[in-house]
Amino acid sequence: MENQEIERGRIADFLHRLNDNDIWWSFWHSPVAVLSAALALFMIFISVFASVIAPFNPFDLASLDLMDSSLPPVWQSGGDPRFLLGTDDQGRDILSTILYGSRISLLVGFVSVIFSLILGVGLGLISGYVGGRTDAIIMRIADVQLSFPAILIALLLDGVARTLLPKDVHSEIAIYVMIFAIAVSGWVQYARTVRSMVMTEKVKEYVQAGQVIGLGQFTIMWRHILPNVIGPVFVIGTLHLALAIIIEATLSFLGVGLPPTTPSLGTLIRIGNEYLFSGEWWITIFPGAALVAIALSVNLFGDWLRDAINPKLL
Amino acid sequence: MRKLSKLLSGVAIAAIMAATPAVAKDFKYAFQGDSQGLDPHGLNETFSLGLLGNVYEGLTVYDENLALVPALATEWKTISPKVWLIKLRQGVKFHNGNDFNADDVVFSFARTQTKGSDQKARGGLVTKVVKIDDHTVELHTANPLPVLMQEMAFLFMMDKEWSEANGATEAANVSDANEIGYANRNSNGTGPFMITSREPGVKTVFDRFDGHWNKDLKTNVTHVEFTPIKEAATRVAALLSHQVDMVYPVPVQDWKRLDEAEGVRALKGPEARTIFLGMDQSRDELLHSSVKGKNPFKDIRVRKAFAHALNLDAIKAKIMRGAATPSGLMVAPQINGFNAALNTPYAYDPELSKKLLAEAGYADGFTLTMDCPNNRYVNDEKICQAAASMLAKIGIKIDLLAQPKSKYFGKVLAQGGYDTSFYLLGWTPGSIDSHNVFANLLHCQDAENKMGAFNLGNYCNDRVDEITGLVGAETDQAKRQALIDEGFKIVQDEVGYLPLHQQPLSWGAGDNIELNQRADNVFDLRYVVVK
Amino acid sequence: MISFIIKRLLQSMLVMLTVAFISFGLFRFVGDPVSNMAGQDTSIEDRQELRKSLGLDDPVYIQFFNFTINAAQGKFGQSYMLREPVRELMAKRFPATLELALVSSVIAMLLGVPMGVYTAIRRNTLLSKAFMTISLMGVSLPTFLIGILLILLFGVTLRWLPTFGRGDVVQLGWWSTGLLTASGLKAIIMPAITLGIFQMTLIMRLVRAEMMEILRTDYIKFGRARGLSNRSLYFRHALKNTLIPVITITGLQIGSIIAFALITESVFQWPGMGLLFIQAVGNADVPIMAAYLVLIAFIFVVINLIVDVLYVIVDPRLRASSEGD
Repeated sequence: MENQEIERGRIADFLHRLNDNDIWWSFWHSPVAVLSAALALFMIFISVFASVIAPFNPFDLASLDLMDSSLPPVWQSGGDPRFLLGTDDQGRDILSTILYGSRISLLVGFVSVIFSLILGVGLGLISGYVGGRTDAIIMRIADVQLSFPAILIALLLDGVARTLLPKDVHSEIAIYVMIFAIAVSGWVQYARTVRSMVMTEKVKEYVQAGQVIGLGQFTIMWRHILPNVIGPVFVIGTLHLALAIIIEATLSFLGVGLPPTTPSLGTLIRIGNEYLFSGEWWITIFPGAALVAIALSVNLFGDWLRDAINPKLL
Repeated sequence: MRKLSKLLSGVAIAAIMAATPAVAKDFKYAFQGDSQGLDPHGLNETFSLGLLGNVYEGLTVYDENLALVPALATEWKTISPKVWLIKLRQGVKFHNGNDFNADDVVFSFARTQTKGSDQKARGGLVTKVVKIDDHTVELHTANPLPVLMQEMAFLFMMDKEWSEANGATEAANVSDANEIGYANRNSNGTGPFMITSREPGVKTVFDRFDGHWNKDLKTNVTHVEFTPIKEAATRVAALLSHQVDMVYPVPVQDWKRLDEAEGVRALKGPEARTIFLGMDQSRDELLHSSVKGKNPFKDIRVRKAFAHALNLDAIKAKIMRGAATPSGLMVAPQINGFNAALNTPYAYDPELSKKLLAEAGYADGFTLTMDCPNNRYVNDEKICQAAASMLAKIGIKIDLLAQPKSKYFGKVLAQGGYDTSFYLLGWTPGSIDSHNVFANLLHCQDAENKMGAFNLGNYCNDRVDEITGLVGAETDQAKRQALIDEGFKIVQDEVGYLPLHQQPLSWGAGDNIELNQRADNVFDLRYVVVK
Repeated sequence: MISFIIKRLLQSMLVMLTVAFISFGLFRFVGDPVSNMAGQDTSIEDRQELRKSLGLDDPVYIQFFNFTINAAQGKFGQSYMLREPVRELMAKRFPATLELALVSSVIAMLLGVPMGVYTAIRRNTLLSKAFMTISLMGVSLPTFLIGILLILLFGVTLRWLPTFGRGDVVQLGWWSTGLLTASGLKAIIMPAITLGIFQMTLIMRLVRAEMMEILRTDYIKFGRARGLSNRSLYFRHALKNTLIPVITITGLQIGSIIAFALITESVFQWPGMGLLFIQAVGNADVPIMAAYLVLIAFIFVVINLIVDVLYVIVDPRLRASSEGD
């Protein structure tokens, strides 16, 4: 009971802080913020309800007909009214594949960001608050981590996972591997930001006061320091979401993305890339536009949020 | 008539060249990878051997039509079933000026058997080399071997004196961390081109060797620059923007673009490589399938169902842009032993497939993992995807595992324990002869006798094994052909494999370049003419 | 101070060793190098023999141990696919990558700083909003697509710029530079822009944030009260103070630019380390992968160390605490 009270109090406190920053006012008075949020929500909506909206299920292999492949959009000569935005090299409807692909890209983005956020914030708090040897160890792990580009981590983890996990579910596993790889490669930024903020916060009076009255370390971190760093973390998270989606796309260029039978937006762009010279531009350009719509709206929103909360953040 | 005109034009070019010897012609080309070192016995792989084939020569060489013609040997004959008498060409010089003679032949065969060599198999066909005189040798084989001289085209001759002087008497050994091997970075062949500078993975420069024995070569090129370009789009862009004169391979979907663009063209030709699907027919339970306790591929009805579910014409039309040749045989028309009468693919009939599956007790289909490379053959991954969706229509749910070649081969080949249930593979018989296909793909797996090493699904038939041995030794062409036909017929009737097609050769070149596109995908500078 | 540096150096060694160890733990999953090193006619025994002589059958810790011992003596073995000593390959490829990273950073600065200043001073103009949005678009597309589109436009359609490679290079001792020839300069433009877009966005945002912060400070307000012109305030005082963090961040980013050059280098066939590495991954070329990863770790570690040392020198409070533990 008491805990719930405290919890509620903390949330109220957080909202109050948001209000103090005039976030809402600022939001409704920034057309860019409103538009980008609306676009982001729209993309999220259509991808969540892809199976309802999309005219076809491109992941159902039995429904594909190779003879329908590489058809142009409906307004070009040779277009087929069944396929509004044309078809790809396997005869998949581009529109449907974009919807399903966005869902996968967003899923990979969201889950990996949440994963690295939790990992990064936790380690950052500990590192900054405890300091000393613990701090050194965590920061050196961060160095090791940074020495492996995300691309390589995914490349290697992909192999490891395929060898260690049950053998016959590759398409299902691929997405978790991707999420894990991107998450693992992203936590350092959170950890470093949180650590530096904690180091500034912990010398402030209120923390010292807490220590004096005998509050436990965990309590101090959880109740007092965390709420102060949550804003910036949220900003990084938003921008990281866009980055994660782009990294996933880049990985598919290197051939370690999601399998071609269940493509993400990145995989689609990679496939379409091979048809850019042959004039079948719709296989790349439409998924590319969808990717830009998602990444740009999320980026713009994150950008606005950064300005509103703390312009000094990177 | 055509031959005559060819001959005449050859004479004309030779005449022009003789008249204006000082005209320097530059030529630049790009491929997706680089040769693995320069050691002629370093790696037995098409591209490396093709590139080095401009610098080194074997006893024989393939001409532009893949016909065997004399190179460093001028004549050969069998004096007994296992002994060949070889006359060597006189007056041949290595790039450093040394003479080519019988000692170099003896030395080169011995060198193929050294530790770092990847030509052990080819060189090992000859068990003994006897020097008769400076320009005559005897080659002894363990068994009668009618295709010996075909194999010799890719067994390059090195200079004994040069190798000894530079400590290159053994093939460069990649596992030696401290010693790269002189011949890996330097070259001294008898071929028409010399490598004058090389930065591995970046650029290799060739210059014409004026002392080459053959003054009638078609090429007028004097200076060549080779660059590896990994990404297909970048490669095509380099040609479209005229930064290079020739690139290969070109994605088949880019042909239209190349043909429409100014000053460049796509070069299309049939390749001798057959692409096929293989099935695990030996394990009692498939490694990667939902069917437990039995192996559906042991049932011929299931194999037939697969065969009739594949629409080879659609793959040809859509994935290969009309450029493949659907195949019913495991060998291409260029391969010795091919018989057009047998080359009818299984008919596309998904209804029949469903019926067959139902009869076999799989009316609801099953799940199966398919292994596929994604950077080895022309549109390999796309073919697998298309096959997966065709099989989905008869109820077979394919879990497609498309991987880069090093991972793919590491899994499905012998070193990975043939870890596959259903796979896509391509095969060009190195000797341009059907026997190679029997020995590697159709014979039961037999590690002891080095047979069936690439028969990943272990298709096995005693008569086919017997035929393999007979074909290898038979010298009478008609009898040999009858045996080959019988063997291929058995494999076809038993649906031992699912042949898909011969993939196209897909190159691109400037309009001012004349070249020969050989069916084994070797690019030979001897035939390049810059206009 | 010295004990701090020694301690950090020891930690850095540990970081690099860990990177190497993890790498060897993972290499076995990249694929089988032997399948690319032997022709199709090579017998199974010969392949097995090759695996053994390369040490691929040894347990991970043995492979790691051998690598470390050899690396300590400056031996990195030879590449499986190019059959050249890894050390020489790296030395040849390093200048290409570093030049690309530096030029792209310079381009990013030259574009990013003025755009950042402008968007900070004129926050609400249309141009300013356009800068903000366009720069974000650059980071909302995957690098490989940007590269291909640039090639298609400037290489194939307009034929202004070369689409691959480094152009002609000039040898200055062991360093090869493409910056002294016309073809080399032309060749670096597209890859540098492709690689620099991300940096440019970052720098622009950083400059903007710093400028806005400084323009709010008292001393600028005093300056304004003293009647200094806007121009002198913005450029002489505010920008100068902005540049220090900008240069620090850009310096810190060099390491990650080098690491992320992988994609740009493959798209433009830029003969740098990243391309070498990507090809090594495709061929499971263990010696190249190991050397590259350790080298990247080394670059990161060195840059971090320099930054940490500088901070300690600049801020005496940190010195006390660092010597305390």
